[in-house]
Amino acid sequence: MPKSPSPAKAAKAERSASPAESDRRGRLAVRKTYKLYIGGAFPRSESGRTYLVDGDNVALASRKDARDAVVAARKAQTKWAAATAYNRGQVLYRIAEMVEARRDEFLALGVAAGELDAAVDRWVWYAGWSDKIAQVHGSANPVAGPYFNISAPEPTGVVGVVAPASFLGLVSVIAPAIVTGNTVVVLTATPQVAVTLAEVLATSDVPGGVVNILTGHAAETAPWLASHDDVNALDLTGVADPELATELERSAAGSLKRVVRPPADTPDFTADPGLRPMTALLETKTVWHPKGF
Amino acid sequence: MSFLEYAPAPESRSVVDIAPSYGLFIDGAFGPASSSGGVFKTVNPASEEVLAEVASAGAEDVDRAVAAARRAFGPWSALPGAERAKYLFRIARIIQERSRELAVLESLDNGKPIRESRDVDVPLVAAHFFYYAGWADKLKYAGHGSDPRPLGVAAQVIPWNFPLLMLAWKIAPALAAGNTVVLKPAETTPLSALFFADICQQADLPPGVVNIITGAGETGRTLVEHPGVDKVAFTGSTEVGRQIARSVAGTSKRLTLELGGKAANIVFDDAPIDQAVEGIVNGIFFNQGHVCCAGSRLLVQESAYDEVLTALKRRMATLRVGDPLDKNTDVGAINSAAQLARIRELSDVGAAEGAERWSPPCELPAQGFWFAPTIFTGVTQAHRIAREEIFGPVLSVLTFRTPDEAIEKANNTPYGLSAGIWTEKGSLILAMADKLRAGVVWANTFNKFDPTSPFGGYKESGYGREGGRHGLEAYLA
Amino acid sequence: MSGSAFNLRSFLHGLPGVDKVGVEARAAALGTRSVKTTAKAAAIDLAIRMVDLTTLEGADTPGKVRALSAKALRPDPSDPTCPSVAAICVYPAMVPVAAEVLAGSGVHLASVATAFPSGQAPLDVKLADTRDAVAGGADEIDMVISRGAFLSGRYDFVYDEIVAVKEACGSAHLKVILETGELGTYDNVRRASWLAMLAGADFIKTSTGKVPVAATLPVTLVMLEAVRDFRAQTGRQVGVKPAGGIRTTKDAIKYLVLINETVGDDWLDPDWFRFGASSLLNDLLMQRTKLTTGHYAGPDYFTLD
Repeated sequence: MPKSPSPAKAAKAERSASPAESDRRGRLAVRKTYKLYIGGAFPRSESGRTYLVDGDNVALASRKDARDAVVAARKAQTKWAAATAYNRGQVLYRIAEMVEARRDEFLALGVAAGELDAAVDRWVWYAGWSDKIAQVHGSANPVAGPYFNISAPEPTGVVGVVAPASFLGLVSVIAPAIVTGNTVVVLTATPQVAVTLAEVLATSDVPGGVVNILTGHAAETAPWLASHDDVNALDLTGVADPELATELERSAAGSLKRVVRPPADTPDFTADPGLRPMTALLETKTVWHPKGF
Repeated sequence: MSFLEYAPAPESRSVVDIAPSYGLFIDGAFGPASSSGGVFKTVNPASEEVLAEVASAGAEDVDRAVAAARRAFGPWSALPGAERAKYLFRIARIIQERSRELAVLESLDNGKPIRESRDVDVPLVAAHFFYYAGWADKLKYAGHGSDPRPLGVAAQVIPWNFPLLMLAWKIAPALAAGNTVVLKPAETTPLSALFFADICQQADLPPGVVNIITGAGETGRTLVEHPGVDKVAFTGSTEVGRQIARSVAGTSKRLTLELGGKAANIVFDDAPIDQAVEGIVNGIFFNQGHVCCAGSRLLVQESAYDEVLTALKRRMATLRVGDPLDKNTDVGAINSAAQLARIRELSDVGAAEGAERWSPPCELPAQGFWFAPTIFTGVTQAHRIAREEIFGPVLSVLTFRTPDEAIEKANNTPYGLSAGIWTEKGSLILAMADKLRAGVVWANTFNKFDPTSPFGGYKESGYGREGGRHGLEAYLA
Repeated sequence: MSGSAFNLRSFLHGLPGVDKVGVEARAAALGTRSVKTTAKAAAIDLAIRMVDLTTLEGADTPGKVRALSAKALRPDPSDPTCPSVAAICVYPAMVPVAAEVLAGSGVHLASVATAFPSGQAPLDVKLADTRDAVAGGADEIDMVISRGAFLSGRYDFVYDEIVAVKEACGSAHLKVILETGELGTYDNVRRASWLAMLAGADFIKTSTGKVPVAATLPVTLVMLEAVRDFRAQTGRQVGVKPAGGIRTTKDAIKYLVLINETVGDDWLDPDWFRFGASSLLNDLLMQRTKLTTGHYAGPDYFTLD
């Protein structure tokens, strides 16, 4: 857990220092409970565990929560991938709208205004990719014979994600995965922000199960995703500990998962992400058919 | 077949001159293995005759090869793309000019019919070099960024089923992108890679750009685990692929894997039956079934089962099994005694599990490694022969009733390399192609390859693509 | 649409489709078979015995037909071991001339009839044409189907015509020319093959030789598959005759390989397979001589007819 006061903690401290708004209005504030986000619902951890983050009790995900999240992600994946690219783009754009609408809440959680803007813009950027990535990453192949031959990208399936700690980082790993039709199980160490994003997703026409968010310790849950045979890819962008990253990558080899390694240097999420975040989680399918009568 | 029993039509062996022994090709020259290495023999699987003695690279040799590739990398990657292209074009041309020799050599060392090495393997090898040659000075247009850079030294380990073709799939894109390579051919089929080394010399390719080290699995392991390599490309079994994926964990080595498969070849009742039968035969008996994308699971719609099976058996009876160098041979020798043992073992399991085994009458030569074309009927998804890759001329026949059931069965495997669909209904083809979880889908054809066409798997069949614009991605940063 | 027309249409359109690329690849692969030495010698003699030695020119004269008939009997006068061809194939007007030369020889006499090559004549004219040829001594009739009717989907019309011609043939064998070069697709070749067989054809034949595209290996492959499947379903064996464009021994041997690996031994016989050809015979003779003498032969050593 962060040793120095996090921005969120600072923001929260500020809130408590001033006389509570609710007191001024003569009523006691209703606090939010931060729970997991699995299959479109907000359950507590099946383990019943919570942990304290900046004064909030947050659900502490267990291996069984990870298992349930994978089931939910798998269940949602085929349909999400089969949705039209136009539809997925609309859904992502709706997420941008809803993040924008909850601006104050994210700011109150300590997300810097510039970062929030960048995160909204990133959703919009990826929303636009939904119906273009196949054109940019696919090809019509001029084979030496009377055959129709095209290659087109397809989502790899269920992606386990260890998310980076910032809000922009979180968005920068979820958006490229889901825009192409993958579903994700996200492990996050910034629970309040991530769960607030989950609340956005739950109200943005994102089908349940497309994004699943587990709060807690990646070191505890990530190995279960890495070794899970029904997970197709593992994004380790948020793994700071190189030993853990190596262990997870090694474990992912068991079912030949596609692995996105942690960045070598501190990532700059404000930079143009390029295509790699999407293409790393895509398969290329090539279809042949003879031409003739 | 009594009247027109074709007389033997052997391709002449005299076009190829195999030396009694071969060293390692490192830094542009052939030389013996160091004291850490050794020697091994490569045999003709059709006769068990020893073809040559080949050096086995030890750890020091791997060091030397990687160091040579590293030294060569700077100048090679700094060459203008157009110059690298010309080297590759030159290599492609020499392959064309020496195609007869290479085809005979490949059939001798591998056991595949000369018809296939002559008409499929070697032409595709030349085509692959031509294709990637043209990319060398156009990399920034390949869609992998505006300033794509080579990775460095590529360690490449290839299998025995298409020795020279797999070499081409590995080396051509790597060199075009500006990488240098250390390639290890399979233990049972080292010769065509060594002849390729000679072609590199003939093309005046700068020393160290291509290094060929021979040896068994241990040599391959030393190579891919060598800290001096930046990129690992492997084609072979899923089990070895898994080990490699584990071994590169925590490093900055980039990895692409092309592994096993258990492809479904799905025949609907409205298929063009005669061509479907050809596709089934080509799908599983091409190259003795030593094909990772082989259509080893035949899924036949129940309403066409009798018709398809009758036609398939009739067609199988015309397959000519025997001398790989005979121009009329359709099915050659199994590549090695070890592979033959595995095919036998899994086939015995199939029979023991209650599937019905059938082979056409066929006389197998006394010497060498042979296995008659075989089909198993009455196979279900629960049989081991429906799940495990046999990598031999053995077809498991299953049935289905509806497209949904076909999809479910086809995808019910950890593999995802290829699939086949046979139907004359366009919308059915497109819907099936969408739903099949496989990197290559052949509709109304099978086992077609082209340098422009990306090839590679989903799931445990590996990751990364070889061929086409996509194939460059594996060698560019 | 009458009931029988409907049934015919459903049946023909229910036949398995033919994939062009697949069938052509299969034919090309079989075309790479290498037939050498003893097998080649046997193949050449068989091919000679399968030749329907043909002349179908407006300029045909009794003299020309007599010479050709003589050649049919003894293709290589210098070699008594050389077999005769299967048949002579001429226009109806030339039938009596050929009949005179061939009488009692065992070499068949085929005549094209039914307003060859276009088939664009009224049925009674076609039937009269057929009867004349048979009366003149033809024991094989090569009729053409009405491609226009076939292509416009009037399968019953084509069927009825074949039935009528078959009846007019009496005991003469009926070869039905599909003119595959005008049918446009392999699917049509398969349908026309079945249509002809259902109507009673003894042979199905590719071409008249009078349109740009004549016999090809893949077309013949489709027709061989049709006769194979027809026999499997009905028990009746039908012959196949590629005609036009087959000029070399190498070509002819490819056809024999096709038979060998598609329908097998049963069709490797002049009763069940013919080559409609003229210049092919001389090339077969030259290759035959090369095999016996060990050196290459020249055209001056073989008769022109």
